[in-house]
Amino acid sequence: MSAMFKLVGKPAPRHDAWAKAKGDQLYSDDFTMPGMLYGKALRSKYPAAIIKSIDTSKAKALPGVHAVLTAKDVPMNVEISKFGQMKDVGGGFEGLYKVLADGKVRFKGEAIALVAAETEELAEEACRLIEVDYEVQPGVFDPEEALKPGAYIVSSDEGENESNLIMESHINKGDVEKAFAEADVIVENEYRVPPVDHAYLETEGGVAWVDDNGVITMRVGTQVLEHYRTIAKVMGLPQNKVRNMSVPMGGGFGGKEDITVETFLCLLANATKRPVKMVWSREESLEVHSKRHPEILRYKTAATKDGKITAQKVEIIMDGGGYKLLTGWVQMYSTVNAPGCYNIPNVKVDSYSALTNNTPSSANRGFGCCQANFASELQMDELAAKLGMSPLEIRLKNCLRNGDEICTGFIPQGHIALEEIAKKAWEGLEATGPKPDYVDGKKIGRGLAIGMMSYGRLTFMHDSSRVGLRIELDGSVTLRAGVPDLGGGQASVLCQIVAEELGIPMEKVHPYIMDTHLTPLCGTTTATRQLYMSGNAALVTVKVLKERIIKKAAEMLDAKPEEVQLINEKACLINNPLKSVPFVQVVGALSNDGVELFHEGQFNAPFTDVPNLHDMKGRIWPDFTYSAHAVEVAVDEETGKFEVRKVVLCYDVGKAINKNSCEGQLEGGCVYNQGYVTENMGWENGITKARSFAEYLIPTAVDAPEIETIMVESGGGLGPYGAKGVGEPADNSIAPAIVNAIYDAVGVRLKEMPVTPEKLLKAIQEKNK
Amino acid sequence: MGEQRITLNVNGRDYDISIEPDMVLADVLREKLDLTGTKVSCREGECGACTILMDGKACLSCLTLAVQAQGKKIVTIEGLAEKGQLHPIQKAFINHGAIQCGYCTPGMIMSAKALLDENPNPTPDEVKTALSGNLCRCTGYVKIVDAVMAAADDMKRGENK
Ligand code: FES
Ligand code: FES
Repeated sequence: MSAMFKLVGKPAPRHDAWAKAKGDQLYSDDFTMPGMLYGKALRSKYPAAIIKSIDTSKAKALPGVHAVLTAKDVPMNVEISKFGQMKDVGGGFEGLYKVLADGKVRFKGEAIALVAAETEELAEEACRLIEVDYEVQPGVFDPEEALKPGAYIVSSDEGENESNLIMESHINKGDVEKAFAEADVIVENEYRVPPVDHAYLETEGGVAWVDDNGVITMRVGTQVLEHYRTIAKVMGLPQNKVRNMSVPMGGGFGGKEDITVETFLCLLANATKRPVKMVWSREESLEVHSKRHPEILRYKTAATKDGKITAQKVEIIMDGGGYKLLTGWVQMYSTVNAPGCYNIPNVKVDSYSALTNNTPSSANRGFGCCQANFASELQMDELAAKLGMSPLEIRLKNCLRNGDEICTGFIPQGHIALEEIAKKAWEGLEATGPKPDYVDGKKIGRGLAIGMMSYGRLTFMHDSSRVGLRIELDGSVTLRAGVPDLGGGQASVLCQIVAEELGIPMEKVHPYIMDTHLTPLCGTTTATRQLYMSGNAALVTVKVLKERIIKKAAEMLDAKPEEVQLINEKACLINNPLKSVPFVQVVGALSNDGVELFHEGQFNAPFTDVPNLHDMKGRIWPDFTYSAHAVEVAVDEETGKFEVRKVVLCYDVGKAINKNSCEGQLEGGCVYNQGYVTENMGWENGITKARSFAEYLIPTAVDAPEIETIMVESGGGLGPYGAKGVGEPADNSIAPAIVNAIYDAVGVRLKEMPVTPEKLLKAIQEKNK
Repeated sequence: MGEQRITLNVNGRDYDISIEPDMVLADVLREKLDLTGTKVSCREGECGACTILMDGKACLSCLTLAVQAQGKKIVTIEGLAEKGQLHPIQKAFINHGAIQCGYCTPGMIMSAKALLDENPNPTPDEVKTALSGNLCRCTGYVKIVDAVMAAADDMKRGENK
């Protein structure tokens, strides 16, 4: 079968690569419009305060200022934003937030007022002239403190004003207490993971205007076009009066999943009736947009002498920060992934999330899963060390295999390749040569971690996607899809699929993407869902047109439809390729017959009901992607500094539809979450210390290791041609592999990230005492 | 503030423009000359997205006052292709999958050009060092380094033709 692919599986350059290489690609900050104003947000100086009054009169009086807005100017200020799903899930899942603070300020940098002025400098000046009278509050900055009775209450809003608890969820499988009573060994540890900034190179920004039909239109970088519905609600407008014409993002990683500039821009454009631009500074982006959830994870594991895990008990406390946003969703990922990618008969997971006065937490590539993966993969090595087993052995003994159920009792349908990929990654690293003790005076260590993460959204969200196609009379094709492209090749791969099926070159398929008035809605570019969902939607759609073409071609070739194939811009007989008719002629003939040369098709994911959060059971996601990272590090025992020298990563990608894109995701994810180990937001009582790229250090070309990427293609995924999604799973098991390798080098395992040189040095010194 | 008239030579063409004297080159390129290929990501010299060439050397346009660029030859990403032919570095970035979101790409390509003009035979480590001031959050740098190595080969072959 695979030998027959013309385009699928090849490392095809993406349709947008040329424009990007030439500097022609326009991003959110690259548009200007006649009469455009600049928007700015006045942001809170304190993480916790009561706003007693706001005086905007001086700002309004400043010449060149066209609007100053506060909460009272927002038609619907408290908003429950949906994230593109068509279904009301309820149950506290939808992300609650306020457009502009009123009553209480809930985190430092929360927007209090908006200004539109003729220049950026004037807008800044106007912000300085707004007088806010704050009554500073003590606040609460630790999620465990926040959950104690008598804690400072973050919110003053109804439904949230009695406790800081956002959500609790539980899994109960088998009988953990009995298993602990009968265990040969028990390992107990606490792990802590920090907030993470997405650090996309493009900060949040865009332009909005009111068009001549009174439609509020925006061009912003967003992962969720469907936020136009929430914006309509905030503005008190019908949904068809708000249009999102998005632009490709300069990176997203979950940070452009929540609304960022959209509501601000639309409110200002509506108030001034002029185009308004707003682009956040790097400092603003680091301080105010949502971060990866910090979590405390407590593990207790029971096993037999020979290393079979009999029980896993996990307690998780998540810091949701000042607003709920996507915490409920993220919590599902942490909770269900807490036991790790292992077949464990007895499991108990209890997870709690809390509001605090920290920067809100929300989506960040890995979405709750990589927190749990970090903890569970360190726990596995702790267990292995206690039993005197190797990291590979303990994993092979316990990892999920085809037919096994996960902790909710669900048996994944897709292929489970954990055993194969764990071996391939580890053996790949060993094949680079025997581990030296020291290199350049630095101690060498090797570590392994494996993982699983879903692709596709939570099945109780009833996810769907649509793609539209039109065949032009010259045989080219227009693809219309509301697919936000954040750089993963989300749109390009759809063209590849359509070109493959129609037997035409990829250049002949032109994508028009991201316009809610014109493109079929594809849903969000989140949850590693676009290839799976929109790829399948493209396949469903193109097959309808393909059938029409083949039927007509068969008529023209005097053959049966099943004897005809589309290849090299021709329809030809499978058994006699010389008997053919050009694709464009078949299209012409169909047009003459009055047959529709367009189609819009929809793909639905499997649907389930919302699980009982007190006893989660059944299917939570469509399927999973499995990962393995084998890592070699070098640790300087004198300074506590370490470097990641080599990584061999192995994934079952199902089918690599675009080889370069797929590898690029795996390599990019690896380095993204290499950063998880060291990146440091420097939070202190609600204040962000890392306010620039000089302080928030992400991996550079010199920090990045030598990476060997092994892709297994089992064909066992639920995406087109058996593909699995890789975008988020790509960053899943690298961080614990690094920390496990450091343990192998120097015999200490730091259970709290970031791993700073100071912390590591201290731990090494303590051990050597 | 009083505007000032200056002449900038960008991509082989002279531009007479009037600017605020404290404008940085990145903003002048983007706002006055509409050359938005040069990106701004941090405004403080930490990310390399705004890298351009000034008299052949890589230069951070967010830290350079436009007035200081007078009399110099400035090349931006838009000026790299010659007679409609992409530069070998641009081609290599396309063919090696070194571009994901593309926001770092113009700066990366300009830094790579400065490197290869000075050192046509770099080792992968030298490429990494030369690009260490250019952040990329998407690619993990693997394919970027591959692309620069391939471009170096390609440029040498081109010369020997
Ligand atoms: S924008 Fe110039 S270095 Fe970041
Ligand atoms: S490709 Fe996105 S930052 Fe480099």
